[in-house]
This record gives sequence, C-alpha cells and structure tokens, in this order.
Amino acid sequence: MTLAISISQYIQKLRDGEFSSEEFVAKTLERINKVEKNLHAFISINENAIEQAKQIDKKIKAKEKVGSCFGMPISIKDNICTKGMKTTCASKMLEDFVAPYDATVVSKLKLEDAIIIGKANLDEFAMGSTTEYSYFGPSRNPWNTDYVPGGSSGGSGVSVSALECIASLGSDTGGSVRSPASFCSVVGLKPTYGLISRYGLVSFANSIEQIGPLARTVEDVAFILNIIAGRDSHDNTTIESGAPDYTKEIDIGVSGKKIGIISEMVGEGVDKDVQSATKHAISTFEKLGAECIPISLDSAQHSVAAYYTLASAEASSNLARFDNLRYGFDFSVEGYEYNSYISKVRNNLGPEVTRRMLLGTFVLSAGYYGKYYQKAQKVRSLIKSQLVESFKKVDLLLAPTMPILPFKIGEKIDDPLKIYLLDINTIIANLSGIPAISVPFAMADGLPIGIQLFANSLQEKQLLQSAYALQKTTKLPEVPI
Amino acid sequence: MTKIGLEIHCQLTKLESKLFCSCKADYRSFEPNSNICPVCMGLPGSLPILNKKAIEKAAMLSIALGCKIPPKIGFFRKNYFYPDLPKNFQITQYNAYGPTSIGYDGMIMIEDKEIKIRRIQLEEDPGRLVYSGSSEKTQITLVDYNRAGTPLVEMVTEPDFENPKQVRIFLNILADLVENLDVADPYLEGAFRVDGNISIEKGNRVEIKNVGSFRDIEKALHFEITRQQSLAERGIPIPAETRHWDEARKITVSSRSKEEEQDYRYFPEEDIPRIIIEKSLLDNLKKTMPESIMSKKERYINKYGIQTQVAEVLSSDKFYSDLFEQSHTERNAKEIANLITTDLKGFADTKEQREQLKLTPKHLADLADAVLNNKITRASGKTTLQEILKTGKPVSEIISSLDLGNVDDESSLVKAIDEVFIEEQKAVSEAKQNPDTINYLVGKVMRKTKGKANPSLTLDMIRKKLDSQ
Repeated sequence: MTLAISISQYIQKLRDGEFSSEEFVAKTLERINKVEKNLHAFISINENAIEQAKQIDKKIKAKEKVGSCFGMPISIKDNICTKGMKTTCASKMLEDFVAPYDATVVSKLKLEDAIIIGKANLDEFAMGSTTEYSYFGPSRNPWNTDYVPGGSSGGSGVSVSALECIASLGSDTGGSVRSPASFCSVVGLKPTYGLISRYGLVSFANSIEQIGPLARTVEDVAFILNIIAGRDSHDNTTIESGAPDYTKEIDIGVSGKKIGIISEMVGEGVDKDVQSATKHAISTFEKLGAECIPISLDSAQHSVAAYYTLASAEASSNLARFDNLRYGFDFSVEGYEYNSYISKVRNNLGPEVTRRMLLGTFVLSAGYYGKYYQKAQKVRSLIKSQLVESFKKVDLLLAPTMPILPFKIGEKIDDPLKIYLLDINTIIANLSGIPAISVPFAMADGLPIGIQLFANSLQEKQLLQSAYALQKTTKLPEVPI
Repeated sequence: MTKIGLEIHCQLTKLESKLFCSCKADYRSFEPNSNICPVCMGLPGSLPILNKKAIEKAAMLSIALGCKIPPKIGFFRKNYFYPDLPKNFQITQYNAYGPTSIGYDGMIMIEDKEIKIRRIQLEEDPGRLVYSGSSEKTQITLVDYNRAGTPLVEMVTEPDFENPKQVRIFLNILADLVENLDVADPYLEGAFRVDGNISIEKGNRVEIKNVGSFRDIEKALHFEITRQQSLAERGIPIPAETRHWDEARKITVSSRSKEEEQDYRYFPEEDIPRIIIEKSLLDNLKKTMPESIMSKKERYINKYGIQTQVAEVLSSDKFYSDLFEQSHTERNAKEIANLITTDLKGFADTKEQREQLKLTPKHLADLADAVLNNKITRASGKTTLQEILKTGKPVSEIISSLDLGNVDDESSLVKAIDEVFIEEQKAVSEAKQNPDTINYLVGKVMRKTKGKANPSLTLDMIRKKLDSQ
C-alpha cells in the first residue's frame, strides 16, 4: 500500500477494497511515527484515529450512508479549534487549551467522514513565515531537513508533502498557506475573504486571514474546498458564493485566457532559479494557449509595510484575551495583584508575538492612528483598486510564490525584517481579499519552487482550472524522506 | 456658569438575547457563570454575531430622541485590560472618524430647555465583579460573566444642563421614554446607569462615575457643585479628574485610577461588516414603533378632553397608559383617565404592586361605565375599585354583593332628605340664603345612604324642597 496517492485514488482504492480506512490510517500513523522525529509536523496526534476509522469502515461495510471523505486522514493547523483535542496555537499561552467546540471547517470535514489525524505545527499564533517561532520547536522541510518548510502553516505543508496525511487545512494571513506549499512542493490555496468560515480559527488578523486547504494535487484542493466553503451563521463575514462545484470542469484548460505577469514580483530581489522557473511557467502557459502580458502593480511595493501595520494592529487586540484567567496554562493567580499577574502571564508570549503586540499597540495609540493605521488602510484600498483595474485587462495574475528558495533553519531568525520581506509576493491577496494559489512547478538544488496565480474575488474555479493546467505539465520528483 | 453633561448606559432589557450571541439578555435569574457561551466568553476562535433586533431597538430610541441615523453603521473595539472583560476589549461604536454610531445630533426639550444628544451608541456590557472576604487580607474578587455581552445603548448629552434639577427632570423623561418604547425596563437593578460630568465657571471638567441609582446622580451633582465652589472661593484650582460616588457617605471621592489618561486604541471591529441602515427600515420603525409620550399626551387632551395634568401623568407612565389604551372607549375615556390617575394611583405604582395587580382593563371599563350610567356614584366607584384590588371580582358582582347600587327611586331619597332637613336645620336655613352651601346637604344625604344616592337626583330634590319651604 502506498500513501502517495491523491484523494480520488484514495476513494477508488478504498471502494475497490484495496485497503480499509483503518488500514490506511494505521499505515499513516506508522509513517508519522517514523518521520516525525526528523520533521516535527505535528503538535499532537489524534489518539482515537484508528477507532474513528473502524467506525467509518463499519458504515461502509453495512452500506450505510458514508461521507465523501471515507475516513481519509487530514491534518489541521493547530490554530483551528477541534473539540476534545488541544488547540495550542503553538503557544505556551494555550498549552492546555481544549476548545469546547469544533471550528466550522472541522465540523464540515467530520460530517464528510474525514479523520482529523493530528494538529499541525505553526509559528506561534501563525506569526511567522518559517515555523521556527513555534513554542514546541520548528518543523523541518522534508526535502532537506536542515531547511525551513515555510510558514506559518509549516506543519500543514510538511505533513502533506511527507505523506503524513492526505490533505491539510492551514490559515493564510500574509501567505501562510502558500509559503509552506511552495517550500514543501504541495498545492496551497488562499480563498477569497469570506468564502470560508473563520469560526473556530483563532484570530490573528481577522480582516485579512482565511483558512485554506493544502494537498498534493490541485484536484484535491478543489475537493476539500467543496466541503469547507460556504456561508456560515457563526461568521458574519462569510459571503454568498453560489456554491459552485470546484472539481467540475477543472481540466478545461487555459486556452484564450489572459495572464498578467506582475512586473514588480519577477525582477529585482528574486532568486535566479526562481526567476528562470517563473519564465518557464510563463512559456508553459503560452504553449497551452494563454496570452501572457506584463502588468505593473506599483502599489505592491508598500504592501509589506501596510500588511505588518494592519495585521499587528489587529493582532494586538485579538491576542489581548490571553490573560490566563479563563483558560490557558497552569499558573495560579494566588498572591498576585491583577496587573502584575497579567504582565507576568503575558511574558510567556514568544519573541515574534511580543514584537507584533508592541508594534500593533503602537500603531493604534493616540496620535499615531492616522500616521500608521489609517495610512496602511489607504495603501490597502489602493492595492485593491489597482487589482480591480488589472482584472479588467486579464483573467489571472502570475508571480513566483516565494522570491527565494527555502533556506536553512536559523539562517534569518535574527533579522525579522528579512523574514517579513519573504511575504512580498503573497500579501496583496490578503490585503485585497482575492484568491491565490501556489502550485509546485520546479526544483533547484533539490529544493522546491512554487508558482503563484491570483484571480479576482470568488473566481476560485478559474484559478483552480489554470493551476490544474500548469500542474499537468510538471514532472516532479518524489519526496526523499 | 455650571455646565453638566450626562452619559447614560441603558441595557436593552426587552431583547431576548445578548448583543453578539444567543445567551439570554435577561441574566439576572441565572446562577453565576451559567448564562455564557464561547462567544460571550471570548474563547479563542469565537466570533461575534450581531443581534439585528438590537439595531432596531437602538434605532427606535434614536428616532425618539430626534437623532440623525447614518446610512451605514459600524462597530469599533475599545481596548483595555480588565477582569470583567473576557476579550480584553469591548465592542462598541465610535464617531471620531465620522458618524457611524446608530444615532447622533439629537435633542429633547425639558421645560423649554433644549438638551442636545451628542450620540447614541450600541455596545456590549462587561461581566460583573463581586468582592468577597471579610478583611482586606482575605478579600477575593470573583467574576460573573452572565452579564457579559448584554446589549447596551450609551447615550451622551452635550453639557447643556445648568443645574441638577434639570438633570433629574431629564432622566425621569428619559426613563419614561425607554419604557414607553419597550426597549428597556429602566427600573431593573443595573439596567439604567448614569455618569455625569460637571464644571463650574472657569473650572475644569470633573467626571462622576459609579452612581448606583439614577436618582442619586442629583445628590452627587449637588455635592460636586458645593465642593467645587468652595475650592474656587478659596482660590484652589479644580483639577480635571474622575471621582467616584460613595453611596454610603453620600460624597464623591477622587479615583486613584487614571482612567482619563487611558488610551483605548479604538479601531474598527472587522468581524462585523458595516450595516446599511435602509430607509425602508426606518420608515417601518417610525410607522410601527410605540407612540411617543408627547404625542400620546396631545391625543389624550385633544381627542378626549382629558385635563392637561391628568394626560401628563397618564402618558408618561407606560403601565398606566397601556391600561388606559386597553380599557377606554371614546365615551368613557375621560372617566377612566381620572380613575387611573386619582383612584388607582398609589395602588399600582411599584413593580411589585403591578405584578400582583388583580385589576384588568375590563374592570376599569365596567367601572367607568357604571359610574357614567349612574349605576353607582363616584364615591361607590372608589369602594368598588378597592374591592377589585382586593378580590379581583367582576364589577357587577361587587356592586350587588356590597349593595352599592345607586338609590334612584325618589321615595327612598325622600326619607333620607327629610331626616337631613330635621337634623340640619341650621344648614337648611343657610342654604336658603346662599345656594352655594347646598352641597353640604347633598353630602349629608350621601352619608346617610352610604354614598349610594344618585347625586344629581339628590341635588334636584333638595333644591325643590328648599324652594317649597
């Protein structure tokens, strides 16, 4: 039995009786046991996974109605709430937190008989681009374990890439799904803001972030999207999408499509290997019948500054609730006055989170709001309107997902600004709310390179079709671990 | 010149659920921390879901206070750490970057004085801190989150009041108004809370907080004026500060906490998208919302000829005006208005009295009709009402069982009048000289018949007897 299969293969093989859900889950757990000490993709593993698989097998045997996931193992980023399992956000602050409810996306997956195999590692509270800021230690890139897997959904990217699950849910605030997708050679989608319920996603920057699927193929991502998309009465920011079937007509091709190449994202500052892979992707699309034209998005140069202003501002407020009074970790209030307790407790936030709390508090304070927060909102509107203009000219936009190749763990950790700049190509999708996808496309020095496509709001279907067309042209090596 | 402004927090107690979740808005009957859910506890991953009914109630209040309502409203976060605040920010509204609160620029008149309403905003109430322990050493603070998320409106006035009396009148009108609109019961404990700010000539603004009952605000303001004046007289500057009302000692005390210096870092609450207030919603509210006190009063005066003072009492009290609306016909309206405001008043003023009241609108209608149809006298009407309040029995049954029916037949009256004329010879001769004193004799006949004599018939007969003598 091989674990290196797609969702449709899983379903086919299970139906053909090649394996049961229990067997597949057991094999997956075996794999996890074997590779985790090198990869550290998970913060916790579902101890009841086998039992849950048995229940689903029983239903299949009895020819009862079975959900469309047929017991396939899926990992969930550990900032998405799962009832009865810890949701730590990779933070000391939530070390012992067990949510009394499932996130909407989790209950939707469970309803379709998916098995939550484990909770995936991340940068603390999803703040980071390398998964090095996890309180529980970094995840490692399966293509070379000395290297970072990207982040903040690093555990999700690693678990999918290293065959520790079929698919995963991550969250993307500034590129946090697409970055590990690119660095780990898997597909990662950041959907339109409001397409997927955030209920149960522990907020970091609530006006910016979305939950997004990671999987080994574009079709698999479309399959998961079908399950988790849609309006939710628990989230006022979800929007009507018309519930299209994202898997249908996914192979329609790109013939006649216009693709804009974002000039600011393919030139200076972009690694040579990434540049040549991007050029290759462009010529591939042209061969497939698309027309590629350069598009300038000059507002994008301010995107990183605007993003870190807004995201930190929201984070400083969203994370204020972690005062350890109602839930958290074991630390008695006995003998403390309120303020000293709070400050003692919050000293347990990690360095990157602390940095953003300070930054966010500063940009919102009296006298600075206009100078920073409001100015950043202006940049955001500008980016939005430039994108609206662009999509009048083209159907899709293209850029490399990450400007550089994966780098060594620890290499950049002392220079937060350098890490912030890694998000330069991904952030525009978050600030504007449009969907974007990263597709594995090439390798350089044994390290993956992903190509990123953007579409207009709610144009996920078109986005997936084009990503599928590109994916079909690639032949990438198997993960070496 | 003394300037006083108010900040009034009024819970929307008539709503079923909290502002952002489905927990009960009426938290008062719950055991501590049993009226809570992941949303009002601010658990990680929870999101606020706006209670649309709260928007309607607050919009109604805004309309009633003559406020403008912006086409789009939004929510903001007010950030501060406090143990009663589960998210360590409060979801509220904020107008510093343009009007986005449910109401702004309103006005109401009190005794020919214009009181401007700066803004009305919707927000969530925090939880409650309960202090326990006998000494400072053993003192512990308990938190009850049942109240957290209860829908509130904050109403802020301009500093238009010149004295505490105006404040009292305004607050009485406002309390009547929220009750009449069916947005809140202002008499529930903690439902209607008032903070004030006050400055005397050339002095700094002083805020007064923690005034438990809105009746105490007048006392607190009086105290502050005296305190500030005595400082000014001695040439001591009045510092800008926040002071707390000490209910036990009836004085204001400077707060050690530096609340006024706190930076709340307001910014938009993006979990709740801006809400478009459709004109159709406002039109519909205007059409269907309870009639205003002012309009009721005018209608009572103009349509039924009810006396101004009676109309005022009746219209300003929702309980009494509801009772009136449910019982009156065009013919008996005036009689019922008088019954309520003179005879019933005093017996149905408190919440307890109202809850236990045995009197129904039908009672009132029957009673008024009996008086108008001369079945019983007004005096017997009073007796009947007392009996209704005691027993709740139907009017007709009370009249017959207590034998209160009017003595209408002349023969029985003749007997009573004859007796009075014998007993009151001095008054009779006086009445012959001065017809104005006839009423004395009527009263005597009334007493003799235990108030049952038909008064107009009695008067006629006495007149005739006097003339014939």
